[in-house]
Amino acid sequence: MQLLAVLTLPVLGFLLLALFGAKRNAPELNCTISFATLIAASLLAVRVARHGSILVFHDQFFVDSFNVFLVALTAFVGFTTALFSRPYMRIEELHGRLTPRRLRLYHAMYQLFMAAMFLALLTNNMGLLWVAMEAATLSTVLLVSLYRTRASLEAAWKYFILCGVGIAQALFGTILLYFAAEKTLGHEGMTALLWTHLNAVKGQLEPRVLGLAFVFLLVGYGTKVGLAPLHNWLPDAHAEGPTPVSAVLSGLLLNVALYAVIRCKVLVEGSIGVALPSRMLMGFGLLSAVLAAFFLWRQKDIKRLFGYSSIEHMGIITFAFGLGGPIANFAGLLHMTVHSLTKSSIFFTAGHATQSSGTQQMDGIRGLIDTHPAIGWGLMLGSLAILGMPPFGVFASEFLILTTAMREHPATTPFLLIALAVAFAAIFSRVQPMVFGDSESQPLPRSPAMLPVFVHLALVLMLGVYMPPALADWYRAAARLIG
Amino acid sequence: MPYTVPILNLLAACLLLISFAMLSRRRTQRLVNLFAWQGAILFLSTCLVAHSSGLHELYYSAALTLLLKVIALPLILHRLINRLGAQWDSETVVNIPLTMLAGLVLVIFAFGLAQPISMMATTITRNMLGIALAVILLSFLMMITRRKAVTQVIGFLAMENGLFFAATSATYGMPMVVELGIALDVLVGVFILGLFFFQIREQFESLDLRNMENLKED
Repeated sequence: MQLLAVLTLPVLGFLLLALFGAKRNAPELNCTISFATLIAASLLAVRVARHGSILVFHDQFFVDSFNVFLVALTAFVGFTTALFSRPYMRIEELHGRLTPRRLRLYHAMYQLFMAAMFLALLTNNMGLLWVAMEAATLSTVLLVSLYRTRASLEAAWKYFILCGVGIAQALFGTILLYFAAEKTLGHEGMTALLWTHLNAVKGQLEPRVLGLAFVFLLVGYGTKVGLAPLHNWLPDAHAEGPTPVSAVLSGLLLNVALYAVIRCKVLVEGSIGVALPSRMLMGFGLLSAVLAAFFLWRQKDIKRLFGYSSIEHMGIITFAFGLGGPIANFAGLLHMTVHSLTKSSIFFTAGHATQSSGTQQMDGIRGLIDTHPAIGWGLMLGSLAILGMPPFGVFASEFLILTTAMREHPATTPFLLIALAVAFAAIFSRVQPMVFGDSESQPLPRSPAMLPVFVHLALVLMLGVYMPPALADWYRAAARLIG
Repeated sequence: MPYTVPILNLLAACLLLISFAMLSRRRTQRLVNLFAWQGAILFLSTCLVAHSSGLHELYYSAALTLLLKVIALPLILHRLINRLGAQWDSETVVNIPLTMLAGLVLVIFAFGLAQPISMMATTITRNMLGIALAVILLSFLMMITRRKAVTQVIGFLAMENGLFFAATSATYGMPMVVELGIALDVLVGVFILGLFFFQIREQFESLDLRNMENLKED
């Protein structure tokens, strides 16, 4: 019941907003639908926490503690981003960058994007997972090119082609998976692509086929996670799209793509052992983290800067899942949560900072703390949080990942430490003058939405200082599922 | 039917040949025609596999191929090209003979990669997995070596053809739900790209992707 609501509410929202998205109250409607989805997702989470995993509709949909945690997170950030986009998009309209028709497109596609992500998270069918990931790409292509400027069209084109090619590799991987599964599960009854069925027989699947399938799946979905060397689309799409879209891309879509990789990893490990998948995840993760950290130095655009920071953090999370074991998986899941909360709050403040200075170039943004104290503090605290300063939650997860890496694979720790240190120096030296410095910015025509920012940061702080036992149990259960 | 396997082999060979022809063509309309031919071959081979294996759901996916890839998509693409005036793709990044050589290497690589897996397949069409992978890689090569937006999209669609061929040849097709979903995604994708072409041309006055090289790290 709750599951059906989570899936259908965004679709309903898409239809409503496709009709009425140009009306004056469309942002409020968008918030209302997102709030309803959040309630449905929370009820679903409560039900899974009480009664265990759910398998419904001829086994086509499956909820366990791993994906329900991501569903809840997605619904929450989806709702707060809708709250943020309400004043943000109105200011964009006042600045003359958007027309009511474009706003209708934006609102409709926002809900469609949420629907695609929920479908990807909840489906039990590996084929449908692919279809939903592709649908999520398609719905965001139009969002990235919303401003119709040269740069945004270029970014959207790059995004479409790179992710399209990447996701085609994932489809080939899915075909290989089906090919292997069909031998054990048979062609009849369409059960051979259902994750739960595959998971039950994973020991009998042909190892050679699964090894090859995993390479294709990792490269395919990895492109969407933003793993190096196929990360090129990510900074462009983040910088040129509207800020709420950057926030959900970074905070949610990357997580959902990583979720797909992890689901595949669990299957493949049952067949070919842990060695190859974990080494590949660790390698790609480490490469992304180090590469992104060095690219951070060369950025001039505030949203590109934090786009690269997302690549770095997704690299660290991928590395954590590659390490495996209860502690690293726990840390990976925690890092997914805190990264998504912190990064979206940073994009919220970066968006308002851009609006008040009239430029995305960091040289043009100065002295936020004088003119807009709330934005300035939000950006400063958010940056400190993402850089892993205690007592924020990012510190806890990074600390766990680092200590596990030291124990299991000591050779990797220098690279991790270098990535973290370089990223710290790069981001902090950029953010400091933007927040303090001499002010030049203008007041905003409408009051910015700072509530989502501080709610997110408060949650991240809470996760760093005190984790509720129920939540910790939940993470532990999810970490066990990943193996 | 005694001739099923030889005919299927012949069709697969034609599919590979068309991929090479696509690499060598410069006129975009020719490319669309070749793409339609690829779809027609997929339709025939899927029907043949459906007939010989007795799996009736394969007829549905064959019909879907006929509708989408032989009729709808080529029509849309032709109209787009006419309205955009993008008939020629005169320049390639690498010259054509060199591209063909690279294509040959890719085909050998694809066969090498697919061989151990083909050995395990029980379907009558198992030898085709190598060809499917080759078609995918050749389309990928076409996307890399061309500079016009329309050509890249045709390459993308040809890649999807290769994937579809892999699915039918290795496994007798994916479950129907998945296949419908994929078809829907492809169709929506082409519509979005159609919209996109007009926006790109409005902003850049051409569909040449060399104009789109501003977003770089300097």
